[in-house]
Amino acid sequence: MNKDYLKIENLICGYDNFYLDSLNFGIRKGDFAGIIGPNGSGKTTLFKAITGELKIKKGIITLNENILTQLSIREKARNIALVTQQTDPVDISVEDYVLMGRMPYRSDFQFFETKEDFEIAEKYMRLTDVFRFKDKLMNQLSGGERQLAGIARALAQEPQLLLLDEPTSQLDISHQIHVLNLVQDLNIKMGLTVLMIIHDLNLASEYCDFLLLMNEGKLWKKGTPVEVLDYRTIEDVYKTVVFTQENPLSKKPAIFLVSNKIIAQSKKHE
Amino acid sequence: MVYAKNHLRWVGVVLLLMVLLSAVTIWSLMAGEMKIPFNEMISILKNHSGMEYAVLTNIRIPRLLLAFSIGGALSITGAILQGIYRNPLVEPYTLGISGGAALGVALVIVSGLNLKLGEFMLPVAGFAGAFVTIFIVYFLGIKRGEININRMLLIGVMISFIASSGMMFLMSITSSDNLHSIIFWTMGSLDEPNNMLVKTMVFASLAGLFITIMFAQPLNALRLGEAKATNLGINAALIIRILFVVASLLAGLCVAVGGIIGFVGLIIPHIMRSIIGSDYRILLISSFLGGSIFLIVSDVLARTVISPNELPIGVITGIAGGLVFILVLSRSKQKSVL
Repeated sequence: MNKDYLKIENLICGYDNFYLDSLNFGIRKGDFAGIIGPNGSGKTTLFKAITGELKIKKGIITLNENILTQLSIREKARNIALVTQQTDPVDISVEDYVLMGRMPYRSDFQFFETKEDFEIAEKYMRLTDVFRFKDKLMNQLSGGERQLAGIARALAQEPQLLLLDEPTSQLDISHQIHVLNLVQDLNIKMGLTVLMIIHDLNLASEYCDFLLLMNEGKLWKKGTPVEVLDYRTIEDVYKTVVFTQENPLSKKPAIFLVSNKIIAQSKKHE
Repeated sequence: MVYAKNHLRWVGVVLLLMVLLSAVTIWSLMAGEMKIPFNEMISILKNHSGMEYAVLTNIRIPRLLLAFSIGGALSITGAILQGIYRNPLVEPYTLGISGGAALGVALVIVSGLNLKLGEFMLPVAGFAGAFVTIFIVYFLGIKRGEININRMLLIGVMISFIASSGMMFLMSITSSDNLHSIIFWTMGSLDEPNNMLVKTMVFASLAGLFITIMFAQPLNALRLGEAKATNLGINAALIIRILFVVASLLAGLCVAVGGIIGFVGLIIPHIMRSIIGSDYRILLISSFLGGSIFLIVSDVLARTVISPNELPIGVITGIAGGLVFILVLSRSKQKSVL
């Protein structure tokens, strides 16, 4: 039962001046996993390795025991869907955009969508609550609405694994919570396996079952939020003074940032 | 049905454009120095003789076919290139295709090969010049086995500059007769005495339309960028290569046959986008028809405005196209152009 669904073994991959250094980890089916780490720690590079945008130099990535590099582009798109930081502000209607999620299920040369495609697109537009503005263009939506449409498009791919690359970094708190609650719902109710890059440590702590902390191209620490979000670890990796406490309601760690002025004052008191 | 809505609108637009195309076709056959009334046209064509018959079959019908196919082909090439480069300002000529073709033609004229071997050397040289340019842009645009579209665009622009400088050099050292031939060719003309070329152009443009419509859905995905299209299961790298080659060969052929007819590939796809939206399934066919209509009308104007003399068609497409484009752009409600 403990078998890893997404498994990354000895992964080496990257650019001339930066690469992921022998990464090893696995996540199980139905997990909600978060990737945290400072800028330039290799989070997005890891995603590019999984989606195949970046060629792998060494190592193996398997999804449900299939080696990813052996899957065709189309098969991969049926298994893995990606939502990015900013969903495309293009002049495509929401409905047409969500319908694009059905592309991996059609031949390139199939001209029209099938009735089933429309039904699936409608189902996920209703689920993400974007159906009411399905005729609006993507570039007429607010950032939060667009992210929801992006998730609807990803769901229309009916993937086994949903990758989210900082899906909330450009949203206000109410939209952040809205988007993440939706993802959590999908994770719980549909059993969707989620891997999410997220900068906000408090949101990571609150929503993710477990966290992968990356630093300098390596997997620094892995575990539950309580295990990973220890103030010493965070200060070490982010080179920042923080203060942690338990969220009284969720019992998850909460992280507070402290300004230099306050640090200086507290040192004086000592 | 929910999904019939868009498609009905598409059918409406295509029908409307077809009607317009038929109308301008008839107009272009009637208008000119010799007016041919519509109701006599069929009997003239049936009679196989007479002055009117000669004018129709030797002059007006070939010109009409060329305007139809070159206008359509340049428009779909523009629509495709704007899509794969994700840049609204790209047109067939931005990639140096016209520059390369013009340089080829200038070389032939200056060396006198067209006088020795025959006038067919001009389109051959034009196509060869375009082909060499495409070859250079394509292979310099590939780095480490991966195609880099921005790199290709820059190389194309550079080749344009190099070719136009080369042409100026040739023009500065040659005789005034040759100079005149070069300038005349560069301005673009639909006057093509070779029937074989006319047929080739018509066939190639229709084949190009057919091939690119097959790729309409991948082109839609490419609007999100190469990486995102790949995440949607589209083999973006391969499709970009195929479409680049098809589009540039088509553009090369247009330049070889008709000379440099600017603006069509840039403005027609934009006008169509603002009317019908940017779904490539409808954009390609409507751009083709729109480009055909536009070039047929431009040709009639070129023939009739200062009749019995003729204006270069590039003058008409530039002025009329530019004005129409500004009008459409200023009225368009949509923010983005791509």
